[in-house]
Amino acid sequence: MEDTICAIATKLGVGAISIIRVSGRDAISKVNALFEGKNLEEVESHTIHYGWIKEKEEVLDEILVSVMRAPKTFTREDVVEINCHGGILATKSVLEALLRTGIRMAEPGEFTKRAFLNGRIDLAQAEAVMELIESKNDTAKRLALSALQGSTTNLVKDFREQIKQVIASIEVNIDYPEYEDIEQMTEEKLEKLLEDLQAKLEEIILQSKRKQQLKNGIETAIIGRPNVGKSSLLNHLLEEEKAIVTSIEGTTRDIVEGDVNLDGISLHILDTAGLRETEDVVEKMGVEKSKQILKKAQLVFFLLDGSKSLQEEDKKMFSSLEDEKTILVLNKKDQGIKIKKSDLPFSHVVVTTTKTKDGLDELKQEVKTMFQQDEIQENDAAILFNARQLALASQAQEKLKEAKCALEEGVELDMISLDLQEILETLGEITGENYQDEILDTLFANFCVGK
Amino acid sequence: MYDVIVVGGGHAGCEASLACARLGKKTLLVTGNLNNIADMPCNPSIGGPAKGIVVREIDALGGEMARNTDKASLQMKKLNTKKGPAVWALRAQADKITYPKEMKKTLEHTDHLTLRESLVEDLLVEEDTIKGVMLEDGEKILAKAVILTTGTYLKASILVGSNKKQEGPHGEKASRFLSDKLKALGFRILRLKTGTPPRIERASIHFEETKLEEGSKDNLTFSYDSKTATATTLQIPCYLTYTNAKTHQIILDNLKKSSMYGGYVKGVGPRYCPSIEDKVVRFHDKERHQLFLEPESLFYDDIYVQGLSSSMPEDVQEQIVHSIKGLEDAKILKYAYAIEYDAIDAKQLKQSLETKLIKNLFTAGQINGTSGYEEAAGQGLIAGINASLKLDGKEPLILKRNEAYLGVLIDDLVTKGIKDPYRLLTSRAEYRLLLRDDNADLRLRDYGYQIGLVDEERYQRFCQKKKDIADVFEILKKERITPKEEVNAYLEEIGSTPLQAGLSLYELLKRPEMKMEHLLKLVKLPFDEAVLNEVEIEIKYEGYIRKAEQEAKKMLHLESMKISEDIDYEKIPNLASEARQKLQEVRPTSLGQASRISGVNPSDIAILSIYIKRGNYESN
Repeated sequence: MEDTICAIATKLGVGAISIIRVSGRDAISKVNALFEGKNLEEVESHTIHYGWIKEKEEVLDEILVSVMRAPKTFTREDVVEINCHGGILATKSVLEALLRTGIRMAEPGEFTKRAFLNGRIDLAQAEAVMELIESKNDTAKRLALSALQGSTTNLVKDFREQIKQVIASIEVNIDYPEYEDIEQMTEEKLEKLLEDLQAKLEEIILQSKRKQQLKNGIETAIIGRPNVGKSSLLNHLLEEEKAIVTSIEGTTRDIVEGDVNLDGISLHILDTAGLRETEDVVEKMGVEKSKQILKKAQLVFFLLDGSKSLQEEDKKMFSSLEDEKTILVLNKKDQGIKIKKSDLPFSHVVVTTTKTKDGLDELKQEVKTMFQQDEIQENDAAILFNARQLALASQAQEKLKEAKCALEEGVELDMISLDLQEILETLGEITGENYQDEILDTLFANFCVGK
Repeated sequence: MYDVIVVGGGHAGCEASLACARLGKKTLLVTGNLNNIADMPCNPSIGGPAKGIVVREIDALGGEMARNTDKASLQMKKLNTKKGPAVWALRAQADKITYPKEMKKTLEHTDHLTLRESLVEDLLVEEDTIKGVMLEDGEKILAKAVILTTGTYLKASILVGSNKKQEGPHGEKASRFLSDKLKALGFRILRLKTGTPPRIERASIHFEETKLEEGSKDNLTFSYDSKTATATTLQIPCYLTYTNAKTHQIILDNLKKSSMYGGYVKGVGPRYCPSIEDKVVRFHDKERHQLFLEPESLFYDDIYVQGLSSSMPEDVQEQIVHSIKGLEDAKILKYAYAIEYDAIDAKQLKQSLETKLIKNLFTAGQINGTSGYEEAAGQGLIAGINASLKLDGKEPLILKRNEAYLGVLIDDLVTKGIKDPYRLLTSRAEYRLLLRDDNADLRLRDYGYQIGLVDEERYQRFCQKKKDIADVFEILKKERITPKEEVNAYLEEIGSTPLQAGLSLYELLKRPEMKMEHLLKLVKLPFDEAVLNEVEIEIKYEGYIRKAEQEAKKMLHLESMKISEDIDYEKIPNLASEARQKLQEVRPTSLGQASRISGVNPSDIAILSIYIKRGNYESN
């Protein structure tokens, strides 16, 4: 990390101002060499200054420059931020002048990497920065921000702390066997503790998976018999939210796949072939394929023509739909609804007229209810937010199960402690921590032992 | 001209000088007072969790501590027997007269070993190599290697309240200059502190007010070779009593008078061995603290009050002691004290315990920042072995973390360094399932024999045990048990499922509820208890043991990736700044050792690993 690096921190060519960020040992002196105004090497840290960028007597831009000295900066190195005029030419000329002083162009993510290597953020936070840059919707952004502030780190830390406490109370009985005043860990107590830990981890994993869905977009399928209004529902969703739709020309028919943004919830509409055609999906794709789609989907809109009575074929479909992820849409309200809600084995039923958008708001509300959007907005909860973190948590969960089985089989507490230490290590990988000395610290902080 | 000079006659010094002399090296042991050889200035016990296993390891390698304890034990206990075999451990109450006496006798009867009473105040060093020592009177003695085992005697001072004396335990003369000389040679000096509780007169204690704590009635021995220990017949008990609200009030009222809280102590005290002041302050919601009354010797009347370490002035100590149940009329024979002393930063040592700065200079025991007789003895043995191997031009004995607690101890010291005096704990060993009390000989005796500290007779006995273990395994795997009526009746009796078809004895023993003692009711296995015990553990905990071995294998792989001595950490791109600094300080010899340095994170190890691999590739 000897080099000083720079990069344009804002989107090139968009907006009235562009920011160029410079970080590294020579950040201040090198920018100062190009700067006409105060001597930046002498100004106080975390101050902003007006001046000009000049190279060989040629004025390149009028700028504001922020000087931030290590260690209280994003990278923990000296950082200079140059606010120059937006527009490709002005920004690029300043950037190029910087590069000519020997400052190197930063690689993608290099500022974050430096923050990580200099110990300002941990692994989970570094991942959060990446997520933040890539986030596609509000939910994703909020989750990433909250993780950057340390929520994921703290979530893991808190959980590991609890495991450490359990380990310490087993270990203290081993190293100080005759201290009867110390609470003795017993099989019964440990079983209870393991159950608690299991339940907590289960909850963390569940919540994380759920919110990951929201972040990545909920895999959604729209199905129903021909002419029930599938394509108009899709069109409404797409048009209203100005969603990004990619329409790929298939070999024999149109395939539609696209993202729909519903007040912060992304729906990822799955390739339910022939959606724009008036053909029966089940018939066209074959039963196997449609089952696969239904299995993959996290949300299913099942459309019925409400003005006609229930068909045998529809009833057959009911059994292959899971209630908790299905919204049954009774369409064509304008023509009079003939199907009774009570005849339908589903908890989520919405009545619409897709032709006039009647009932669409109710449908959106139903989606939000199903995915607990309200709860998430309030509680921008700490979650594990990528596949790596989740995989580690699941591994830990598996090991926790094994430990509990072993305990039930009569394996001694000190052996279960070894299982727990393994779990601690696995979870520590989420934030990149080592556990080696942590247990001893916990042990001596909590127990009064020794001659 | 000696081959080796050992400076200091404590537990480290005894093992070091015995190892050197037994390996044929002309050895001199210099110590301040010949009557204090193998002295036990603190608790009258040897062993305990982790430490007891170290004593077994010392025995397996051919050291003396286990055998000597068996000649001097007052009481023996096997601890943690309700827990798994990985944490079983022996502990002896040892006689403070007999133990040193027996050890001194052994030293005196060892060939090639000379004892001498004097203080060493300087080291003779030429071209970064040790050449000998200089005594307090200026006499120079030359040697090819020197082992420093100075214990708490480097610039020692004893503190009782605000009273501070420049002396070692028992009012012995402390070494005033040696630590400055070490500093001048480039060693980083730490100031450490430890303490000891008061001793009270046996006759003045109301034992009827306390709880009796007896030892094991079994014939337990520390050494794999002892037939019996004195404890088996002596069976001297200990007693248990407690502090109370009144005690705590006295302590709180007088807190500022203690050396610690009065600010008279500069050294860092051990976390695992807090003074009674610390306990009362830090755990103020605790109503009482346990105190064990332990006999120090058959030959005098002192009772050691374990749990009552203190640096209070004498008058306050009187009040404290008399507030305790059973000790109302107790007569204090010796007041509790704190002791401060200098130690070196063990990060300046190699894994062989040779210093990185001065060739052929070794250090062991409290000078390296440890505490405890066992930790000292273990290091002394390893330093003695490695000094001898070095003089013979051989590779040092470096025990790995999956081989011995001694390996864990030394690796921790040289890799992590210490902030407070270091004590071994089972939780420090990540492969403790492999480092058991029962298998120290299986782990280490081959080393002891190859080096030459285990004689032929002892080694043959060990080989027979190994063969017996293999035989029992063979029998259990081969022999089958059939669902006969009496077999099933017995199985039901012990709560095990009756057999439907034949089963190997091995599979039967694998059942969670089945124990070796049960199996012995069904079949005859004419082997020693130790042999059967070993086989039982190996079978019952096979899954866990295999897992630990797998983990160890991963560690050994990292360990096998050597880091060259001249590596320049400044040149490695992308290392975190803290890691760079720590690596520079410790200069680990392998990636495995690097990974254990605190402040060096997995990402740094990954970067380092790539750098090393690339380096190897380029140099090829």
